[in-house]
Amino acid sequence: MKHKTLKTIRVTLAVIFFTLITLLFLDFTGALNLYLGWIAKIQFLPALLALNFGVVLVLVALTLIFGRIYCSVICPLGVFQDIVAHINSIRHKNRYHYHKEMKILRYSVLVIFIIALVAGIGSLVALLAPYSSWGRMVQSLFQPIYIWINNFFAYIAQRMDSYAFYSQEVWIRSVSTFVIALISFLVIGIIAWKTGRGYCNSVCPVGTILSFLSRFSLLKINIDEDKCIHCDKCTKNCKASCINGKENFVDYSRCVVCGDCQSVCPKDAISYSFKKKKTVAKPSTSATENKVDESKRAFLLSATALASTTVFAQDKKKVDGGLAIIEEKKQYERTTQIVPPGAKSIKNLQQHCTGCQLCVSKCPNDVLRPSTDLMHLMQPVMSFEKGACRVECTACSSVCPTGAIQKISKEDKTAIQIGHAVWVKQNCIVVTDEHQCGNCARHCPSGAITMIPLHPDKDDTLMVPAVNENRCIGCGMCEYVCPSRPFAAIYVEGNAVHKTI
Amino acid sequence: MENKNISRREFLKKMGLGVAATSVVAAACSDKKSENNSAIEIPKGKMTYRQNPKTKEKVSLLGYGMMRLPVVATNDDKNNGSARESDAPIDQEMVNKLVDFAIEHGVNYFDTSPAYCKGQSEKATGIALSRHKRSEYFIATKLSNFAPETWNYKSSVQMFQNSLKELQVDYVDYLLLHGVGMGSGMEEYNARYVNNGVLDYLLGQREKGIIRNLGFSFHGDVAVFDYLLSMHDKYKWDFVQIQMNYMDWHYAKQINPRNVNAEYLYGELSKRNIPVVIMEPLLGGRLVKMPDAIVKQMKQREPEYSVASWALRFLGTFDGVMTCLSGMTEMSHLQDNLHTLCPLKPLNNEEMNFLYSIAKTMVEMNTIPCNECQYCMPCPYGLDIPSIFTHYNRCIVEGNISQSTADENYKKARRAFLIGYDRKVPKLRQANMCTSCGECISHCPQRIAIPSELQRIDQYVEKIKQNTL
Repeated sequence: MKHKTLKTIRVTLAVIFFTLITLLFLDFTGALNLYLGWIAKIQFLPALLALNFGVVLVLVALTLIFGRIYCSVICPLGVFQDIVAHINSIRHKNRYHYHKEMKILRYSVLVIFIIALVAGIGSLVALLAPYSSWGRMVQSLFQPIYIWINNFFAYIAQRMDSYAFYSQEVWIRSVSTFVIALISFLVIGIIAWKTGRGYCNSVCPVGTILSFLSRFSLLKINIDEDKCIHCDKCTKNCKASCINGKENFVDYSRCVVCGDCQSVCPKDAISYSFKKKKTVAKPSTSATENKVDESKRAFLLSATALASTTVFAQDKKKVDGGLAIIEEKKQYERTTQIVPPGAKSIKNLQQHCTGCQLCVSKCPNDVLRPSTDLMHLMQPVMSFEKGACRVECTACSSVCPTGAIQKISKEDKTAIQIGHAVWVKQNCIVVTDEHQCGNCARHCPSGAITMIPLHPDKDDTLMVPAVNENRCIGCGMCEYVCPSRPFAAIYVEGNAVHKTI
Repeated sequence: MENKNISRREFLKKMGLGVAATSVVAAACSDKKSENNSAIEIPKGKMTYRQNPKTKEKVSLLGYGMMRLPVVATNDDKNNGSARESDAPIDQEMVNKLVDFAIEHGVNYFDTSPAYCKGQSEKATGIALSRHKRSEYFIATKLSNFAPETWNYKSSVQMFQNSLKELQVDYVDYLLLHGVGMGSGMEEYNARYVNNGVLDYLLGQREKGIIRNLGFSFHGDVAVFDYLLSMHDKYKWDFVQIQMNYMDWHYAKQINPRNVNAEYLYGELSKRNIPVVIMEPLLGGRLVKMPDAIVKQMKQREPEYSVASWALRFLGTFDGVMTCLSGMTEMSHLQDNLHTLCPLKPLNNEEMNFLYSIAKTMVEMNTIPCNECQYCMPCPYGLDIPSIFTHYNRCIVEGNISQSTADENYKKARRAFLIGYDRKVPKLRQANMCTSCGECISHCPQRIAIPSELQRIDQYVEKIKQNTL
């Protein structure tokens, strides 16, 4: 008789957690934030960075009692690897074998990770954080597919005169992040396909941290020597490669309590119980596990768009009808980046953000996108070519699990200055085309823009915007609605530290 | 449109019925009219005609407006409509088919302009009509010298000569000064036709018989209308084209203080026995897309006739109306109008009053009087002005404009408005992008204060987005 209880519980819980967190990332409407937001907040690293000690303590306690169930149930990247490994195992059964713990790799990655965390090298942190890796993959690779399917429904709904679905634009917010997501998907996927939990047990820093605790967990996988016939089935089916069936030895630092061994044991010799048997064996340093190639990360999406001050082509009206072509807006190279309200300061965001892309996947106004700055790759920054940070929206602050963007209310938002608008005289159509506009002033939600005469001494009525930097909150509404293209005539410079006005 | 505002659950349920069922529903929604008409046979030789007092020729009460010609079907079905909104080429084959069908059923008046369908209408009209005997149809075209560069003698004459060439004819039956009263009124009229000698040239062409009837189409400043009629003894206008329908009869001025009631315009013309050609009999389709309650009342009275039929019958009831121009994009539009006017059943007093009461209700709804004529387009900043107005109007008619967040159906109406807005108008072409440059104002035949209306809509959008209505 084989005992499948442990495995069944683990698989059920894992499927639930994995589905929910993936849905949280896929959903672009923000409807699920309220119900599923907690699931991002119970992730280990985000909770640690958010100084959410309650969650961290619970996770530590869970690991001390049950072993690394965090890795096999709560961590979406762990479950992703299980899924990939499982698919390969359908055809290739009994394909694993025991090897020793790769301590040097494991610990050096952990040390690098901690250094990166302390030194504020956000891109490295984001690259290694397991939850963030999954978030990035979902946001970059799967959300587009999800949106396309949604758009198909929206198309049908439109035909049926229904407002049940609405369509959403799909666009690559940052090429580098997209490529990183694709590469990590492939690399982690291939490692999982070949070695099961290889990535988890040799690279993942969270896995390594939890492995310190899991060695001492109360409940463990134990092999009953009396019943064991040394058939090696458990070894061959252990995707963590942590069971040495010959010697009845289990490396608890790598065991993620998946229960696969128990379910294949023909003699019912494996139990999940309190009884302790053996201590950890010495690891070897032989194998070199696939390590993600750092050099491939050297992308630079140069936003060095040449300033061609094309005056808007005013079509001469001869015939009726038709739409003028709208030139695409280009991104300003801002001296100081803009980070979302609630981030408090660029430093705070960079120290806490693990680049999971949850905020990016939730931004309904196409404002947030992953940074292309090498040191802080994948951490969110704002830009206003496709939309503005609307006053009524606090989506990013309500989902961020790491405390990089702290929760704020709509009222708070109207008083947080994340940057300030700057008028660029030579782009303004009032100056170049000499006709009235004032669209920036009309749309400023905080009344920070007033119109003043362009030529106070002359008789013409041309008015240009004047920004009261003290009232400006940096929402970018002015930059978004500015008719000047490709560069807006008014744009936002970020504040390194957010102010309250 | 009874299935609008269905919930997501209902929607998915309906989706579950399968692709076949879905496509049937979709087809039924998009093509209701043709479905209604398929059972009705359109009689030949029953068309109602009106006599032109000068030439004694008989003009069909239904005239074909060639400004909303069909385009080749594309995947982009945003407008799936006519050549004025779409960039796709005109579907000449379909135009030929429509023209053939129209002529076969007695339509003989075809109205075009060098400006229509981005300048493609005359050519398409010429191709379709040249396949028929010249005696079977009357052509009306216009001197559409709107752009200031064409306000000189040479360009204007060239425009007229080019019309003859595009239409493949050596004379035109009806020629109009296009849109007098628009822009700056008298000043612009003089600049376009008088100071440069163009009107004299046209009068000369009428002498020679190259132009058989000379008239003008009027929009806007009533001073120009009054002036031109005061010059009737000199110019002998053979016909005048005005906008008339049961909305504009009493309420044009109420809808927009700068406009003139059709009652006045028609009265002045019939006093002088000048035949009247009607444009916008259906207000660019606005008198077809009526609120459900009104549709119900109309159907109760005439279950066999369409909502549009009421508008045409209203006009036909006036003897001075020579022809009503309808821009029929689809065969179903043509068939429906033929069904109404072959032959005309004039309205009695009670029915006229019924329409006036409907007009009153409609005016009180405060829609923006845009007929999607596209004269304002292209907006130099890329806005899709007519689509914004149409969406806003549609929301008014369907009850999806809220007064306050406390409204009972506020949430539903908000969703319908915002989702519908993004569907109808791409984000960068929405009202918030208006710079109020004012380029459009002078082009609007309805004299809508376009920038301020756009700003009004934008403020509404902002309020419902922020939930601060």
